[in-house]
Amino acid sequence: MVKGTHSEADGTRAAPSAPTADDRRPGRRAALAQVIETGVAVLRRKLSAGELGSLPVVLVLAAVWITFQSLNDSFLSPRNLSNLSVDIVGTGLIAVGIVFVLLIGELDLSVGSVSGLAAAVFAVLNVNNGVPEWLALILAVLTGTVAGTVQGYSVAKTRVPAFVVTLAGLLTFNGLMLYILGTSGTVNLDEDGLVAQLTSYYFTNDAAAYALAAVGTGLVFLVSQQDRRRRMAVGMPHRTFRGIVVRTAVLAAVAFTAAYLLNRFQGLPLALLVFLVMVAGLDIVLRRTHYGRQVYALGGSIEAARRASLNVTGVQTAVLAVSGTMAAIGGLFLASRITSVSQGAGSGLLLLNAIAAAVIGGTSLFGGRGTTWSAVLGMLVIQSIASGMVITDTPTAVQFMITGGVLFAAVVIDALARRTQEAHGRA
Amino acid sequence: MASPPLLALRGVCKRFGVVEVLTDIELEIRAGQVVALLGDNGAGKSTLVKVISGVTPAEKGIIEWEGRPVQIRRPHDARNLGIATVYQDLALCGNLDVVGNLFLGREIRRFGFLDEVEMERRTSQLLERLTRGVPDLRAPVVSLSSGQRQTVAIARSLLGDPRVLLLDEPTAALGFEQTSEVLDLVDQLRDHGMGVLLISHNMGDVKALADRAAVLRLGRNNGFFDVNTASQEQIIASITGATENVPRRMAHREAGW
Repeated sequence: MVKGTHSEADGTRAAPSAPTADDRRPGRRAALAQVIETGVAVLRRKLSAGELGSLPVVLVLAAVWITFQSLNDSFLSPRNLSNLSVDIVGTGLIAVGIVFVLLIGELDLSVGSVSGLAAAVFAVLNVNNGVPEWLALILAVLTGTVAGTVQGYSVAKTRVPAFVVTLAGLLTFNGLMLYILGTSGTVNLDEDGLVAQLTSYYFTNDAAAYALAAVGTGLVFLVSQQDRRRRMAVGMPHRTFRGIVVRTAVLAAVAFTAAYLLNRFQGLPLALLVFLVMVAGLDIVLRRTHYGRQVYALGGSIEAARRASLNVTGVQTAVLAVSGTMAAIGGLFLASRITSVSQGAGSGLLLLNAIAAAVIGGTSLFGGRGTTWSAVLGMLVIQSIASGMVITDTPTAVQFMITGGVLFAAVVIDALARRTQEAHGRA
Repeated sequence: MASPPLLALRGVCKRFGVVEVLTDIELEIRAGQVVALLGDNGAGKSTLVKVISGVTPAEKGIIEWEGRPVQIRRPHDARNLGIATVYQDLALCGNLDVVGNLFLGREIRRFGFLDEVEMERRTSQLLERLTRGVPDLRAPVVSLSSGQRQTVAIARSLLGDPRVLLLDEPTAALGFEQTSEVLDLVDQLRDHGMGVLLISHNMGDVKALADRAAVLRLGRNNGFFDVNTASQEQIIASITGATENVPRRMAHREAGW
C-alpha cells in the first residue's frame, strides 16, 4: 500500500495498447483491453516484487462473506453489516496503534491492559467520583498516552525489546486497573452518557452517510488530480487521467454502497465515523509527514536511521505513546458497547485479536511495511468470521480455529513476500 | 604555504572499553585529492571512518576543519560541516524507496507535508548525472541490485553538496563494470574539488585513483605514501607490517565489524 500509488503510476505508463484484430468497436474495446492489460501488468509486477499490499486480505474477506452469505442469507443484511461496522471499532482502534508499533519492528503487549485501565479510569472518575464526562474522558485517554510514553522511553533508553517491556506493562497496568476498580468489581456507565453514545448514536439522516462517502471520494480525487498536475508541470511520470477516474470510481462504488446499506438500517454509526476519520488521519501522518517517514525508516533499519541522524529515542517513545493512546480510546469504545467496566476489561482475546487484525490486514511482523488501513481490513475479517459463526450457530471452538488459520496464512504470506523481495534484489 | 587542509586529524584516539582501537592517528585530506586509507583487517579503518562521521566520536585528539578545531559528536555535526559518508554496509532502509532513502532525515516539506514530487524530481536529476541505469525511483531499495544500491548510497551522500566524502569499501560488492562506474564517479568528484577518503583492499583501485595513501596498522599510523612515486611493494610491506614503525603489540580485533 505504501508504494501503491506510485508503482501503479508506473504500470499505467508502461502499458502498451494492443487492439485485437477482430475488434468491431475499436475505441471502446481497445480502451477496455488496455485497462485490463494494465491491471494484469501491475499485478504481475507486484507479485514478482513481493508487494502484495492489501490484495490477499481483500480476497479473504470476499471469500468469508460469500461463504457465510451462502450459508445464511441474513449475513449480508443491512442490519448485520451495520452491527459489524460498529463491532470492529473498539478492537480496530487498538489495532491501529499496534500497526504503528509493528512498523518500527516491535510489539506492544500492553494494549489490552491499557485499554482496560483507561475504561476503569473513566468509569471511576465519572460514575464513582462525579467528575464531568468530558474531563474524565480526556483523563482516561491521557492515561493511555502516559502509559505508552513511559514504556516507549524505557524501550528506547534501555534498548530492551518492546515486547518484554510491554509484557511488564501488561501485568502492571492490569494490576493498576484492578486497584482502581477496587472491591466494587463492575461499574455501570450512564446509558445516555457521552461514552455510551459513542457506539449507540447513529446519524439517522440519510444525508450523513452519503456526505461522508462523497467527501471521502472527492478528497481522494482532488489529491490525486493535484499530484498529477504538479508532476505534469515538472515533466515527471504521472498517472493517466483515466487511471485516476477509474480508481475514484471504484472507491466511490464501495463507499456509496456502504452508505446505502447503513442507511437501510439506522444510518451512519458515530463509532464508524470516528474510526474512519482516525484511520485516514493517521494514515496521512504515517505516509505524508516527516514523523511517519521516520517510523518506516526505523522499521527498515534502525542503524541506518541512526546514521541518518534521526531521533531514534524520540520516535520510539512517540510510537508507543500513539499505541497507548489508541488503546485507551479503543478501550472506551469497548466499554461503550457494553455500557459497563468490569474487572475483566481489556483481558482475554482482546490483545491477540488486535495484533492478529494488524497482521491479517497486511502489516508486516518484520517492520517497515503496512498502513493503518490494514487494521480496518484485518478487523473486518476477524469480526466477519465471528459474526458469521454466531449467525450460522457454529461453536466458538471452530471460530478460533478458523481465525487462527487465517492468521497463520497472513504470517506465511508476509514472510514469503519478504523473501521474494530480497530474492528480487539479488537477481 | 598552501591553504590548510579541508580536514585534518591530530592525535585522535578511540577506545572501546579497555581496547584501544585507534592511537594517535594523524590524517589530512585536501580539496581535490583522493586519499586512500589502507590497512589489514582490524587495523581500524572503518572505526576511523565512524569517528570522522560522528557515529562513534573520538575520546581524544583534535579534528580540524579548514584549519580550525571542530567538535564532531553526532552524525549531524559531520553532515553540517560538509562531511558525507558512504558506509560499507551502505546504511540504507530496505523498505523505503529510492527517493525516501536519499532524503531520509532531510525531507523537503510543503505545507508541513512531505513534498514527494519535488524530492522525486531532484532524485532523478541527481541519479541521471551519476549513472546510466537509473533504477525505479519508487521501488523499495531491497529489490534493487547491489550495484544500484551502491549508487543510491553514493547519491545520498552527495545530496547536501559535501566537501569531503568518506567511502568505505565502495567497490567490494560490485562487478567489474559497476566498479569502473564508481571509480569514474570518484574521479569526477575529485575534479570538482572534493576531498575523498577512500578505503579499499584493492591495490589496483588505489593505484588508479588515489593521490596519497595513509596506512594504518593495529590502530596506528604506519606510513604515508605518494601513490605516484611509491612502489606497490613498499605500500604492501607497510600494510602487512614488514616495515614497521610502531612497536609490536598484542594483535586485537577491531570491535564493530
